[in-house]
Amino acid sequence: MTDYNILISDDSVAMRQMLRLTLSDAAYHVTEANNGKQALELAQSQSFDLIITDVNMPLLDGLSLVRELRALPEYQFKPILLLTTETDPEKKKKAKTVGATGWIIKPFDPDKLLAAIRKVLR
Amino acid sequence: MNDETSPIANKKYLTFVLATEEYAVDILRVQEIKGWNKVTKIPNTPDYICGVINLRGTIVPIIDLRLRFSLEEQTYGAMTVVVVVKVLSDNKKERIMGIVVDAVSDVYDVPENQIKPPPDFGSVISTEFVKGLATVDEKMVIILDIDRLLNSKELALVESIVQ
Amino acid sequence: MPVDLTEVRKLFFEESFENLDVMESSLLDLEVETIDQELINNIFRAAHSIKGGAGIFKFDHVTDFAHAAETLLDEMRNEDHLITQSLIDLLLRSVDVLRMMLSALQEAGTYDFQEAQACQKELQKALKNQNESEADKTSQFISPIEARRFVTDKILLENTEESLATNQGWKILFKPDLSMLKTGNDPINLFRELDQLGDLDVKVDTSQLPALEDLDPQLCYLSWELILHGDVERAEIDEIFEWVEDECELQITSLEAPSEPVEVSPIVPTLPDAGETGLFEQAEVSSKPETVVQETVDDIALEEAEEPTFNKPEAEKESVCETETRVEAVVETEASEGVSESDTELEVSDTPAVVETAVSVDEKATSAPDISVPIKTPEVQKGAAEGVVHHATTEASSNSIRVNIDKIDSLINMVGELVITQSMLDQIGEHFDSSRITHLRDGLAQLERNSRELQENVMRIRMLPISYSFNRFPRLVHDLSAKLGKKIELKLSGEQTELDKTVLEKMSDPLVHLVRNALDHGIEIPELRRAAGKSETGELHLHAFHQGGNIIIQINDDGAGFDLDKIRAKAIEKGFLNPEDHPSQEQLYDLIFQPGFSTANQVSNVSGRGVGMDVVRRNIRALGGSIEVKSQRGKGSTFTIRLPLTLAILDGQLVRVGDEIYILSLLSIIESLRIKRNLVNSFAGFAEVYRLRDEYIPILRLYDLFGITPTSTQLEHGLLVIVEGDGQKMGLFVDELLSQQQIVIKSLESNYKKVEGLSGATILGDGSVALILDVAGLIHLFQSQIKAPHTRFHFLSGVRYER
Repeated sequence: MTDYNILISDDSVAMRQMLRLTLSDAAYHVTEANNGKQALELAQSQSFDLIITDVNMPLLDGLSLVRELRALPEYQFKPILLLTTETDPEKKKKAKTVGATGWIIKPFDPDKLLAAIRKVLR
Repeated sequence: MNDETSPIANKKYLTFVLATEEYAVDILRVQEIKGWNKVTKIPNTPDYICGVINLRGTIVPIIDLRLRFSLEEQTYGAMTVVVVVKVLSDNKKERIMGIVVDAVSDVYDVPENQIKPPPDFGSVISTEFVKGLATVDEKMVIILDIDRLLNSKELALVESIVQ
Repeated sequence: MPVDLTEVRKLFFEESFENLDVMESSLLDLEVETIDQELINNIFRAAHSIKGGAGIFKFDHVTDFAHAAETLLDEMRNEDHLITQSLIDLLLRSVDVLRMMLSALQEAGTYDFQEAQACQKELQKALKNQNESEADKTSQFISPIEARRFVTDKILLENTEESLATNQGWKILFKPDLSMLKTGNDPINLFRELDQLGDLDVKVDTSQLPALEDLDPQLCYLSWELILHGDVERAEIDEIFEWVEDECELQITSLEAPSEPVEVSPIVPTLPDAGETGLFEQAEVSSKPETVVQETVDDIALEEAEEPTFNKPEAEKESVCETETRVEAVVETEASEGVSESDTELEVSDTPAVVETAVSVDEKATSAPDISVPIKTPEVQKGAAEGVVHHATTEASSNSIRVNIDKIDSLINMVGELVITQSMLDQIGEHFDSSRITHLRDGLAQLERNSRELQENVMRIRMLPISYSFNRFPRLVHDLSAKLGKKIELKLSGEQTELDKTVLEKMSDPLVHLVRNALDHGIEIPELRRAAGKSETGELHLHAFHQGGNIIIQINDDGAGFDLDKIRAKAIEKGFLNPEDHPSQEQLYDLIFQPGFSTANQVSNVSGRGVGMDVVRRNIRALGGSIEVKSQRGKGSTFTIRLPLTLAILDGQLVRVGDEIYILSLLSIIESLRIKRNLVNSFAGFAEVYRLRDEYIPILRLYDLFGITPTSTQLEHGLLVIVEGDGQKMGLFVDELLSQQQIVIKSLESNYKKVEGLSGATILGDGSVALILDVAGLIHLFQSQIKAPHTRFHFLSGVRYER
């Protein structure tokens, strides 16, 4: 578990902190980006086992980020989760159309988040 | 005599001499005792306010108790002693001030129940700052209420509003 | 281990207030009719962020409100909406509401709930697409507790025999689409999760597997039949398959169902080759006991449940709901014999979310004590519920300061240098003899340099750019000019000029007052401006810059300026002047600062009765600064405020009067000179004035004022120091001028009291105390001591005011 590298991308410091605390608690190694562009750069320079990204971010939004990541060979099949406030099931499924693995509803329940991660990480 | 079944409040007091009189203050209020230093006078203040000194970086006013009690004035010299005390005002503000005395005597235990109220001399002498009288080593000691003494209206320590 | 939310909470508030500022300034920059996509996106994201963060802490009112704003902004950015001024104003109003709500939450105070609700309704009404509004989601119902970590100790107790016997469970037929793996979802993970819920039997169907050479490893050819035994909710299974629903064929039937489930695809038990093992065989999952402990509980309840390992921060212990709530904490424990702590531990290592808990387990008990925890219920008033949040730690926002890391770095360097110098001096001192005097001198000089630099650097830490203060003015001007029906353009310059944080804070109100005055009384309404040949839009310029050891702030407007005749008339009317007086321009302007003096014909409720001016000046003086006004009738006015850069240190001039040493701030000294007897004139028999070029300056004999014995009472034996305070000049007669040096200002008031004429004290190099003179105070003292009551005088350049 401690070997897993997770990239989190969100423009809210509070949200990133919240994610970091939840994830490090579970002994995952966390790297932060505060916008989609930075996330993409980090993903290319380092190897991540999982990417969790917000939808609304400056410079490059979440959905576009997922599209870009899926175009990279390294991240073609890697798990990418979108953090979204959408409760509308139609909108939730939009995540899948761009190739995301799944989604997590914001505000997130820490345990649900960790359970969701277990669904995609061995 | 002490009643053994109930605890008697016993406070320690520092006694000092002014002219021929013995005074005492609660030892817990005494921060330190120092010798006399040159004082910087503050203009247009009553005579019993000698001025201010530098106490390790803080500006501390010095009060001459002799003059405060209208006793005969003394010149300050090598033997002059300044007792630095903590004074509390109504709003819990703590001030550090120094009082000039002739000499410091000793520290005594004085049980609370042995402090007698001061006699009333009418309005000639204000005794609002006297907590009471006690007998120590067969001498009469005047126990001072240091807060009342150094907060009194005459000293006008209330912060004045800028005109 | 529960997540510590205090830090996140602090971040949330900091971030949210910043976001509100972004929203506000972007809204102000938004031009009507033209759609600046970038700006709108910024505003949208800011609102969205606030909403998201508020959700973490279950600040539902904020979430709902922010959602309403966000929805409107979404419409605007999708160009479903034309941008109108009223929309902008509505959104500005929302920013205010959010600020109000967040401040209240941060400081455990209350806010105007009615305003919030009203504004929210407006936002919803403004939406084009009313379905989007989720209109009445306004939380009238119970708002749950502040978010806390949900403790889940997943120890599902499964008595295998029991469940099999009762046939509780589900049969799941799962056939992924060929491409399901491409989105990163792996069936084995899903099965493992299912396994956590109960007893899982897995049968795989490999019938669709192609020959090896045709096999594409990225595609999924397998399907499974899964039997999950146990007391499992359908919803839990749904959740596990949530993401892949659309990419597979999924059939879930209850084991207790009477009819046989329809088989989707042939199930083959094992692969013929590879011995007994197939890709997925009867995966036997040994049942390990797990207890599900779900709690939404206050710490008090936890203690009662004997669970001591929670280390929630102290502050959270007293957390209370946003609105009234009765929270029921239900602790369910299911137990069976043989559950030991060590078993629990095993589970912990496997599932990171499991929290180590010492759960006291009741034998065979299926339900544990129901713990109802009534949380403190703030009073809900009829019709106006106040949002009250109690939080043990209130945030004292002004006790901290944000510092640019560069400043800290240079500070660290300075200290490093200091240490080096000190060790150098140390070395010299060790084997010292007179031959090393030059080294010693050099070392000391270096020490002096280091100390000075260190001091300057430390000062700078306390400094903030004045933009912190200036930033509230765009909004203010926008709102006020609308209210007053005037057109005003605000120009800001020098916003990066830095000044001491305390000075900045204390200058905030005075500046606001001056700006309001300028808007209210200075700049005229468009018609008047047109009539005067000026452009309809008035200009207000706030300008800050450094000069010498000061910061200068100028507030300039191109309005009507001050009418000196009116001032004069008013002054006579109020008794400040006699009809026959001839005050100078300066003196007339000075009158503006007198209490009770206002030339405003109507008292507008914008800037009040004009009582502010004397308070403004008093506040500025209290900071060691000064304020001046220059004006031209019809053209405008300029207020110039001068403030010291720091409150703790000043550049001082030491002067000697008799045996006493006093300090004068260099800034207050205009010049010093030897007195020429013939230039001294007597005045009305009791005062003295000195003719300095074309002015007559009153002489103040300090020794007299202070009751000291001077070295000489003869004016020509001493010096005259011309000083200025409060717009008045004075000549101070002293015995001697001593050195100039930097003075650390020590308070007289902390142990003594404020003395008029003194602004503090300092400690000189020899340890003695020197008093710092306050020029304005000296002038007042002097004037009040002149024994000629109730008369008005003309000094040829001065006017005497009797109050």
